[in-house]
Amino acid sequence: MSAPAVSEPSHVALNEVIRHYEGPPAIHALGPINLVIRGGEFFSIVGPSGCGKSTLLDVLSGLVRPTGGSVQFEGKELHGEVPDGIGVVFQEDSSMPWLSVRQNVGFGLRTSGLAKAEITERVDHAVSFMGLNQFADHYPAQLSGGMRQRVCIARTLVLRPRLILLDEPFGALDQQTRLLMGDELLRLWRETGATVLLITHALDEAAMLSDRVGVMSARPGRFIDMVETGWPRDRDSRIVSDPKFGALTARLWSSLREESLKTMGRAA
Amino acid sequence: MTRRRAVLCVRVAVLAALVILLELCCRTGIIDPLTVIAPSDMVASMVDLIGSGELNESIASTFSTIALAFVLAIGLGTLAGALIHRSPRLRDVSDPLLASYYSVPTFIFYPLLVALLGLGKPPLVVLGVLSAAPAVMISTLSGLDSLSSVLIKMARVHRLNRARTLWWIVLPAALPRLFTGFKLALSYALIGVIAGEFILSGTGLGYAISFAYQSFDNRAMYGVMLFVMLVAVTANGILYVWEGRLARRRSAR
Amino acid sequence: MSDLSLENALAGSTSRRRIRAFDAVVLALLILALWQAIGSWTKGVVVSPPLQTLVYLFGLLRTWMFWDHAAATLQAFLLAFALSALIGLALGLIFGIRRFAGEVAEPILAGFYTIPKVTLYPVVLLVFGLGISAKVAFGVMHGLVPMTLFTLGAVRNLPPVLIRTAKVLRLSPGRTMLWVLVPACLPDIVNGLRISFSLSLLGVLIGEMFSSQRGLGFLLVSGMAQHNVPLSTAVVTMIVAVAIAANTLMLRVGGRAARRPNP
Repeated sequence: MSAPAVSEPSHVALNEVIRHYEGPPAIHALGPINLVIRGGEFFSIVGPSGCGKSTLLDVLSGLVRPTGGSVQFEGKELHGEVPDGIGVVFQEDSSMPWLSVRQNVGFGLRTSGLAKAEITERVDHAVSFMGLNQFADHYPAQLSGGMRQRVCIARTLVLRPRLILLDEPFGALDQQTRLLMGDELLRLWRETGATVLLITHALDEAAMLSDRVGVMSARPGRFIDMVETGWPRDRDSRIVSDPKFGALTARLWSSLREESLKTMGRAA
Repeated sequence: MTRRRAVLCVRVAVLAALVILLELCCRTGIIDPLTVIAPSDMVASMVDLIGSGELNESIASTFSTIALAFVLAIGLGTLAGALIHRSPRLRDVSDPLLASYYSVPTFIFYPLLVALLGLGKPPLVVLGVLSAAPAVMISTLSGLDSLSSVLIKMARVHRLNRARTLWWIVLPAALPRLFTGFKLALSYALIGVIAGEFILSGTGLGYAISFAYQSFDNRAMYGVMLFVMLVAVTANGILYVWEGRLARRRSAR
Repeated sequence: MSDLSLENALAGSTSRRRIRAFDAVVLALLILALWQAIGSWTKGVVVSPPLQTLVYLFGLLRTWMFWDHAAATLQAFLLAFALSALIGLALGLIFGIRRFAGEVAEPILAGFYTIPKVTLYPVVLLVFGLGISAKVAFGVMHGLVPMTLFTLGAVRNLPPVLIRTAKVLRLSPGRTMLWVLVPACLPDIVNGLRISFSLSLLGVLIGEMFSSQRGLGFLLVSGMAQHNVPLSTAVVTMIVAVAIAANTLMLRVGGRAARRPNP
């Protein structure tokens, strides 16, 4: 059964957020960004390489302070610290090779002060939800890349975060695994009722999974388009057969193509 | 038979064959007993010496010196390595030093140490630490280097404080390489201390070998030699197996 | 992709080099100061202070006696190093190519390496007598195993595709070794040579320190016995300087070998 969606109208708000790096040379990496993400929304960001997508995630989670502007989470401003209620799944594999799958998943609850029984219950639930039952006592080194990412997602899941940030979590996986993982992500979203922010370079992934997609420009990244998908909440990867899917992807690409060319030209 | 077992069998067979060959050569007089005594005599000698308690004092002395040097080397080495890792500037200065350190025969400083600290344990301990600590520093640096930044990011996302990040993330992640450093530290401390005892000392197993040699007591000399070799191989062997087990869990098999 | 990595890569490199040079000078001065402190604090009984040592060293370099000893060490060392390097290379290649033999041998070699070889010196002396062959044997005892292990490791880590390529080109075993194996393993082999160099030197010096009448090791020990502190300090300084210089040189050469485009 899925939990009711987190219902505050503005769950996350970025106001005139800018991020500079001092260098040398000085880099204007991001912004100005103005963005409001609604509670319970599944929001994706696509953009060319180096546009600052990951920086945006760092700012949103509190890992990094914006050079200018403010970030608000649940009405409170972030000051360079990660607040309670946010879960992050990174691009690189962040599973801990010295812990088993079960221990990895339970890691985040070590500081929670919960009773052992409750921890075990949550871990068991997350492990089984992500389809890891068979490997619960294995070590990450024995698992494939996709399974390791599932471990990282399960570890985020046990914390019952209200906001889940994912930075190209399926980037290292093959296309078919990615589609299936996308379905898993949707299940997760419905189950937890959390707000989800997904950063991806795959347009089809963004178009298929999200309620809304933001298209970022080349560096310094700014939003140049916002696309509402209008998908029903009960969706999965089979939505690719819907004719609207093609139109959405086409629209995203038309906004994105020029920015991507700019980035390539810059690199060349 | 699995490959691992086959390799083990062949290895044991090869070693046994060498020992038997040596035994035969000694028994038949091909090798002069004034030069090398038969392995069986070596074992007998070693058993006698240990059984009679003659070696007890030497054993206690050597083992305690090595243990002290080992513990100091690990403590100082890990601390120094951690400090150097935090400061890029210090790192830039230390890297070439550490890279060249083991090219210098540290042993040549031993007579100087004796002149400075007198005969006895102190110069031996210092020699052991000088031999072992840099290896620990190098492997500490390597271990801390190997820490992927995503794990640190993850620690922050989980809002772990400094102490917890160190204890729950940094230490376990760096452990394989740290352990390699500990293994080397034991090896170098052992070699340094016994070499020092051999050249210039009044007590210890190294001295016992030197004394026996100079007294033309081949039998006693080889007995102690055998004992030292067995201790070295066993101690290092245990750490080696332990290290392998640590690494195996973390790498794909 | 995070922009933080971009930030780190762009950190200024010339100012860093200047700081590094400055720090190196500071470090050198600190070492000299410490040396001076120990020298004067112990009234020249342990070490003689830097300046005095340097003066004595220059004087030493002008005597026949010194060069006689240096030549003895050099002769023994070159022989020991050459033997360690060649035998080590050959054994390493064989054990690397013949996997089974390699797996059998590696722990034995590694185990031998952990034994305090000083405990085997009396055996070497008894077998080789006093003289240059004992010194060379000491040197080889120290330098052979690391060379073998490094080469073995290098061959084992060779990407199998290179061997397959050699087979497809129908190269003879000799050519495969010379044209493919050795060039591909060169960085590790140079590393092994570097370590073997230092250890062979150590072995020869230790051998001289207590079983010879000639050589720098002997000079060091006789300096201590005669309480000729400037002599022993000067010899130690020389050895340290030569060892570090050779090691740094080999590091540079090795670095260049590693940066070569792959065959």
